Amino acid sequence: MKITVNGHGLYAYTGGKAFDAAKPTVVFIHGVLNDHSVWILQSRWFAHHGWNVLAIDLPGHCKSGGKPPASVEEAAQTVIALLDATGVQRAALVGHSFGSLIALETAARAPDRVSHLAMVGTAYPMKVSPALLESSLNEPQKAIAMVNMFSHSTLAPPLGPGAWLYGSSRALMRRVLNSNRDANVFHIGFNACNGYTNGEAAIDALACPVLFLLGKGDQMTLASAAKPLISRARDAKVVMVPAGHALMGEAPEEVLFALADFLKGPSGA
Amino acid sequence: MPGYSDPGFDTLALHAGAAPDPTTGARAVPIHLTTSFVFESSDHAASLFNLERAGHVYSRISNPTNAVLEQRVSALEGGIGAIATASGQAALHLSVATLMGAGSHIVASTALYGGSQNLLHYTMRRFGIETTFVKPGDLDGWRAAIRPNTKLLFGETVGNPGLDVLDIPAVSDIAHAAGVPLLVDSTLTSPYLIKPFDWGADLVYHSATKFLSGHGTVIGGIVVDSGSFDWEASGRFAELTQAYEGFHNMVFSDESTVGAFLLRARREGLRDFGASMSPHTAWLILQGIETLPLRMERHIDNTQKVVEFLATHPFVEHVGHPLLPSHPSHELAGKLLRHGAKGAGSVFSFNLKGNREQGKKFIETLRLFSHLANVGDCRSLVIHPASTTHFRMSDEALAGAGITQGTIRLSIGLEDPADLIDDLKRALKAAEKAA
Repeated sequence: MKITVNGHGLYAYTGGKAFDAAKPTVVFIHGVLNDHSVWILQSRWFAHHGWNVLAIDLPGHCKSGGKPPASVEEAAQTVIALLDATGVQRAALVGHSFGSLIALETAARAPDRVSHLAMVGTAYPMKVSPALLESSLNEPQKAIAMVNMFSHSTLAPPLGPGAWLYGSSRALMRRVLNSNRDANVFHIGFNACNGYTNGEAAIDALACPVLFLLGKGDQMTLASAAKPLISRARDAKVVMVPAGHALMGEAPEEVLFALADFLKGPSGA
Repeated sequence: MPGYSDPGFDTLALHAGAAPDPTTGARAVPIHLTTSFVFESSDHAASLFNLERAGHVYSRISNPTNAVLEQRVSALEGGIGAIATASGQAALHLSVATLMGAGSHIVASTALYGGSQNLLHYTMRRFGIETTFVKPGDLDGWRAAIRPNTKLLFGETVGNPGLDVLDIPAVSDIAHAAGVPLLVDSTLTSPYLIKPFDWGADLVYHSATKFLSGHGTVIGGIVVDSGSFDWEASGRFAELTQAYEGFHNMVFSDESTVGAFLLRARREGLRDFGASMSPHTAWLILQGIETLPLRMERHIDNTQKVVEFLATHPFVEHVGHPLLPSHPSHELAGKLLRHGAKGAGSVFSFNLKGNREQGKKFIETLRLFSHLANVGDCRSLVIHPASTTHFRMSDEALAGAGITQGTIRLSIGLEDPADLIDDLKRALKAAEKAA
């Protein structure tokens, strides 16, 4: 569905169920050059298991209008505005990569609005190499190939019917890049990751439990790179799954089980 | 993932989609010869049916062995996923039936396999889908044939049997300017000789019976999606962008930004039409694909030698392979195919100077070449298209496809090339004497 947020239409996939503010809500936030469809299985499962799902396309990405967020902080304000626009008082936030930082910053800025925080495939600081930053600006197709290579840990993900994850991730990145002719959402997203410096303060400000869901074979955000946040979190759970950075596709069942287990647990005060 | 760059073709042909079995340690792909898969619970069952969890329910819809084949061919083509079907014809039908219904229109090349021409010209017309045929090289013709209700442009990478090379970049530009996808039959080239997605095609299918399997043992097909066509931006495909009552009002393009076509093709097409592939067939095709790069190199090496022999033989009137500078697709083949014009494959036609009886004598004298209706076998094959594969076509349609009554089609196999040339030499001599 489309929700007007900050004057622009923001797309949120609701998992095949109509939005129902009376249910508990979970917001899924994608990473750089992705969209809502990276959560296809998990979001659909939650929508059919008692949750109200909002799997968003970040502003300026695919079906969402507006400018792509130039910083994690700007994106976090959009998520808070989304909760306001939908009348959701409190939601669980699940973010992947760049989206995990957005979810963290949102939970820190509005601790009373966030019941659970799940950071999937995260790292802090989320530094992007100068070469990749430069490529994302000037040679985006080359950068997509690099990111795609680093995002996958196997040539044989245990998926269901006939999806070639390596190819579909690449095609999605190309589609998202092409979805915005006015702004390079690839470069802008990487810059936002690279420039985020509020991680320690944000994790200190949390009032909800946090799940770190990490890929054992992640070469984009190494599992060890989440330690600065894990070590500071007051109420943290860490789950490692056999996957690379594309956790939701490479280990869909493990990701689902970890999220379902976490979200049915106690929320923040 | 093995390194820092995209895996190469030969590596993908062996590894894409398959790892050692986590339960048994089996290194080769297991054959999951089962109709159904046990649910862990009622909730698991409901979640699988409702596309909330990854897994398999019933082998008409999906199967783990087939899934490996689907991933592997997707990887080789550079696509996002695939659907294995009961035959190449089933793959073409699935593609058409997923994208359109009665009142729709297709623009297709005249240089098609006879069965494809038949399906589009006669059978689909009975279901309200019309096709306009244009010569593959007539770019203005492609453009002019597109109507407001056109849903698909369709051709073969190298047309059967004249080997007219489809100008995929130009035809895909025409298709995309009109908001229509380009479907390409890449059976005769296999992904080894051309990857149509790299040149602008949106969907590719194969009769996997041919080079992918490679051994003349099984019938199968597969359709691959590039994930590059934007169904929503096109505005012509309510089938993929509007709620589908037949599957919980699912909007396929909402569910999967790049995989809407495959979602509907599987959830509707395999479910309702049911032209699925047997897991045993999938396994045999996988066996073939493991050696596809090696076989294709030998196929085209042998073909080059045979073409050179035939081109200088006094009893041969015309050899239709882009290797020869006289072939109308010589230059285009050099641009689009691996190894240039040599990559136009190992299935080609030639014309004898003799009459129909001499043609019969030629075919019946051959010993190594088997007279049968197939191509892409590891063994060399021969057939007379006008009386077999293309026999339902009118003289006009035959001429459009570049076929005469004297045309002989060869599919060059993996035998010693000197033995193949000896066989042809002997049969040509016998045919000459039969005058």
